[in-house]
Amino acid sequence: MAESSVSLDTTSRNAVELIGICKTFPGGVHANKNITLRIREGEVHGLLGENGAGKTTLMNILYGLLTKDAGRIIIKGEEVELQSPQDAIVRGVGMVHQHFKLIPPLTVAENVVLGLEPILVSTKMESHLGGWSVKSVGVLSQILPVDLSAAEKRIVAIAEENGMNIDPKSKVMDLSVGQQQRVEVIKTLYRAADILILDEPTSVLTPQEVDELFVTLSKFKEQGKTIVLITHKLREPMILCDRISVLRDGELVGTVNREDTSPEQLARMMVGRSVSFTVEKPPKEPGSKVLSVTDLVVYNAQGLVAVKGVSFDVHEGEILGIAGVEGNGQTELVEGIVGLRKPKNGQVLVNGKDLTGKSPRKVRNAGVSHIPEDRHKKGLVLPFTIQENLVLGRHADVPFATGPRRMLLNLQESRRVSKDLVQTYSIKVSDVSSSAQTLSGGNQQKVVVARELAAQPKLLIAAQPTRGLDVGATEFIHQVLVGMRNAGLGVLLVSAELDEIVNLSDRIAVMFGGKIVAIRKPSDTTVEELGLLMAGHEVAGGSDER
Amino acid sequence: MMQAIDPNLLLLGWLIRSTLEMSTPLVLAALGGMFSEKSGIVNIGLEGMMLMGAFTAAAVSWYTGNPWLGLLGGIASGGLLAVVHAVACVTFKGNQIVSGTGVILFASGFTTVMLKVVWNAQGASDPVTKIPDVYINPIKDVPILGTAFGQMSPIVYLMFVMVALSYYVLYRTPFGLRVRASGEDPSTLDTAGVNVDHVRFVAVVISGCLAGFGGSYLSISFLGFFGKLMTGGQGFIALAALIFGNWTPIGCLLAGVFFGFLNGFQNTIQILNVPELQLYLNFVKMLPYVLVVVALAGIRKSIPPKAVGTAYEKEAKA
Ligand SMILES: Nc1ncnc2c1ncn2[C@@H]1O[C@H](COP(=O)(O)OP(=O)(O)O)[C@@H](O)[C@H]1O
Ligand SMILES: [Mg+2]
Repeated sequence: MAESSVSLDTTSRNAVELIGICKTFPGGVHANKNITLRIREGEVHGLLGENGAGKTTLMNILYGLLTKDAGRIIIKGEEVELQSPQDAIVRGVGMVHQHFKLIPPLTVAENVVLGLEPILVSTKMESHLGGWSVKSVGVLSQILPVDLSAAEKRIVAIAEENGMNIDPKSKVMDLSVGQQQRVEVIKTLYRAADILILDEPTSVLTPQEVDELFVTLSKFKEQGKTIVLITHKLREPMILCDRISVLRDGELVGTVNREDTSPEQLARMMVGRSVSFTVEKPPKEPGSKVLSVTDLVVYNAQGLVAVKGVSFDVHEGEILGIAGVEGNGQTELVEGIVGLRKPKNGQVLVNGKDLTGKSPRKVRNAGVSHIPEDRHKKGLVLPFTIQENLVLGRHADVPFATGPRRMLLNLQESRRVSKDLVQTYSIKVSDVSSSAQTLSGGNQQKVVVARELAAQPKLLIAAQPTRGLDVGATEFIHQVLVGMRNAGLGVLLVSAELDEIVNLSDRIAVMFGGKIVAIRKPSDTTVEELGLLMAGHEVAGGSDER
Repeated sequence: MMQAIDPNLLLLGWLIRSTLEMSTPLVLAALGGMFSEKSGIVNIGLEGMMLMGAFTAAAVSWYTGNPWLGLLGGIASGGLLAVVHAVACVTFKGNQIVSGTGVILFASGFTTVMLKVVWNAQGASDPVTKIPDVYINPIKDVPILGTAFGQMSPIVYLMFVMVALSYYVLYRTPFGLRVRASGEDPSTLDTAGVNVDHVRFVAVVISGCLAGFGGSYLSISFLGFFGKLMTGGQGFIALAALIFGNWTPIGCLLAGVFFGFLNGFQNTIQILNVPELQLYLNFVKMLPYVLVVVALAGIRKSIPPKAVGTAYEKEAKA
């Protein structure tokens, strides 16, 4: 990969030119401000920016999924007005979306052919035409039989050509996230895309899967395809991209050659100031056990064993990080501890008190705070006001409840406390009585964190606490977590972001297939070893730190 | 002719025939509901579309004397009323329940007024030309078979054809795949370069056509006249059959036949004219509705299309 060089020949053809693109959403968010971007034919172009910088919006405009307010789009030298994705697809643009555009109950083949279904009777005729255009048969083709078996053959062929392995007959809901992403890539190849947009493709993958994806992508590059790689991680564009464009707050900060830049420069461009990649973390002797989990077995919503006998302890003044690819039982483990899901077996002790299978309220009252992984579904009541969200859970206790038998809410008190919290955690709000919906993701998460810490817990359980947050908010949350640890709290941190785990944790437990496969000190391990463990490989000679 | 036939066998034949007759409008309307809901649009207006079909079929048959033209008219009118529903729900992203209710209210009022205009009648129209029944002469005198299938409306047979056709369209054609995708996740369909609104619009209109078909059967095949509000809740039973049948063509058929059986059972009791059983007639009449409640309470787990009931707005964040 290293020898691929950027052609400085400015006359080299552009696959895509976006000129002066502007987009304002109905809500008033100015997502793209006069962005001009040229993507050369055959290059891998990185599009870097924090969450909310406008990367997805810009690419959705290029894909015809969103309309632009102003600007011009030129694809392969032809100026186009895209009415729908169809217009982009026929010009060879393919997009793998951040949130997969797949329909779980349908099969792989059905998902791939959707919108471009081969017709049984006309396959012969169309192969004469050399294309797959359904239009040639007209509207009538809509009720002719689909030739699924031909599609399946072609899918297998495409997959094999690119070193992927997929069963076209299996249902998408039975596939792993990595496999689903492969289906998305095949979908674009099936449409003969030669301009490939991948929106944050790595955020759902293990380090090894990322490597595999990058191998596939460099194959595409050899085939002469143009690739746009969207990411908010700094490491990735530095590996694969020829040139990198950085967006910030809807504006293009600049486009740089990979040779001429560094992660530090990219970070500055992305955030607008220099960022520290590591968190200040003074050494600390862990104290007594706060949380002790023994042989915990938890079933998931489908009634399958998700946590298969897990044991670990968390001490005062310690951050125990649980690493793992999502879907390996972390969600159920946390739910089993905080009382959202009854464990089938095992024991949960908090400060020596048995809380196994107790209600979330009892667990809370025992001094456990929980930052849930899904802040929209479990962390906040979105239509409620910020003030209501900030006292939720404590609303029935003094001083937030008053009157006989604490039947009334003390709104003045909750307003005062909310205002304090908004100050302390520098949550950007216009008014504490506006709904939580109106906040950005980072500020929503700050509301959750503020509420959970205001309860003065002894144990903090944080699940994916920085998911989808920008660098600033992520830094803030990291500081809070480390601050809590320094203050003597036990912290259980569950995260799919390996960097986060490695930077923050005092000990790292790796979860795979519902089990904790290893516990390591950050100093005794490497990202590579953790990646292998996360993917379920046995690693010989590792020393366990249980 | 039927001198020495065991009355019990005669009864069984009657029951089969009655079941098929009663289930035909239910299955047709349920199939209609299926197309709409599979595409993501709730169609509680089935009842109104059936009524419209029943009226139009009778009126066209009355004026032209040709019941087949009546059938076409009935199907078209159901489809036309569905266009209104589609414009409200698909084009203008209106509330699907409100629009469906509007459709029912409109159809009730319109057909009642038109009953007066066309036939100058309050309760029931004059008799209109019926679609002739199909006779299968060779089996006419076979005990059970003869009673059950010897004489039957061709629409009953067409109903089975429609089930097969619906299955083919939904699971074997590009349109069907798009309908299913549209009801599960319209934004994915959009991303695949397909116009979601077009798919939904067509699916809703097909829905109305099938409901109109079912309604037409009532007026110009089963009875031979149009009666005020003659559908009497069958559109809702069809919705229940759709849920019972888990949104599949075969399921709609089985559930529709089951509800048809309960109705047929009740008819058979009436024919029997046994005073003791008459007492329970109202109870039997009630059964389908009880089962609807049970079905809705989820005794049988059915999985609706994921995006059903929600309008698809292109610019909304996925
Ligand atoms: N459909 C939408 N409606 C309103 N605001 C939106 C919509 N989609 C995105 N936004 C806003 O536009 C901004 C840019 O979003 P996006 O392009 O998704 O960022 P990125 O992909 O860089 O993380 C964000 O502030 C986001 O909240
Ligand atoms: Mg994005």
